[in-house]
Amino acid sequence: MSENTGMQARAPSEMQAARAEEAALLPPVDIYEDAAGITLVADLPGVSRERLSVQVDKDTLLIEGEAAIEMPSEMEALYADLRTTRFRRSFTLSRELQADQIDAQMQDGVLTLKVPKRAELQPRKIQVNVG
Amino acid sequence: MWGYLRGFDTDLFSQLERIRDEMDAAFGSRSGMSGIRSVAAGTFPAINIGASPSRVDVYVFAAGVDPKGLDISLQQNLLTLSGERKATLPGDVQLYRNERFDGAFRRVITLPDDVDPDKVQATYRDGVLQVTIERRDEVKPRRIEVK
Repeated sequence: MSENTGMQARAPSEMQAARAEEAALLPPVDIYEDAAGITLVADLPGVSRERLSVQVDKDTLLIEGEAAIEMPSEMEALYADLRTTRFRRSFTLSRELQADQIDAQMQDGVLTLKVPKRAELQPRKIQVNVG
Repeated sequence: MWGYLRGFDTDLFSQLERIRDEMDAAFGSRSGMSGIRSVAAGTFPAINIGASPSRVDVYVFAAGVDPKGLDISLQQNLLTLSGERKATLPGDVQLYRNERFDGAFRRVITLPDDVDPDKVQATYRDGVLQVTIERRDEVKPRRIEVK
């Protein structure tokens, strides 16, 4: 699993669409692998299940979310670490991962994605028969 | 409603940012003027503060923090937040990225002088802690009747 740098060639229409999109924050992630597959944990504070989107297109995993925050209409900013409510980050998956079997859980603004490996590629313990 | 944080992206902010960038470029980043209690960019948790005539709202972007372990105190107009985010990484795995913060955190924020320390509310939802502090009456705009 590697991160997209955005350097790939893109169709002109896609470029325009990207420009029209708003700036988005890059959520911090933890990624680790065990025998069953890869787990990705991302911080998306303020993003509810309804405002979260996890998409797989071919080998690209795209995570997008928008934080929903309550506020009175006449409010003015005094200070802001975060200047936008949108989060976006994408990763390329590799072939041995089962992208159609991703399990996603969202709790307290933390997204946990479990991407399983194909069963035939999981390490198997080989039984040694003593004859 | 969703435009809220976009409201932070005001002309003032972008101008200040531009000025800071120019200062950094001209004199090196150390000479930039900073608030005495300000912290480095990317410090966990990120905080936004908004103010309206009747209240001040502090939004703390602390995903995955147990709200019971959060300690919030307000002394005059100084808000102190502390807590801990426990590490969730299992030990026996191949780790590729570890960008998420874990451990204890503490932030101190200066609020406007007129906040009322007795009228504070805090809620935690979807990883965002919202602390609402009411302002004292004398600063709220009042309509003056002409007799």
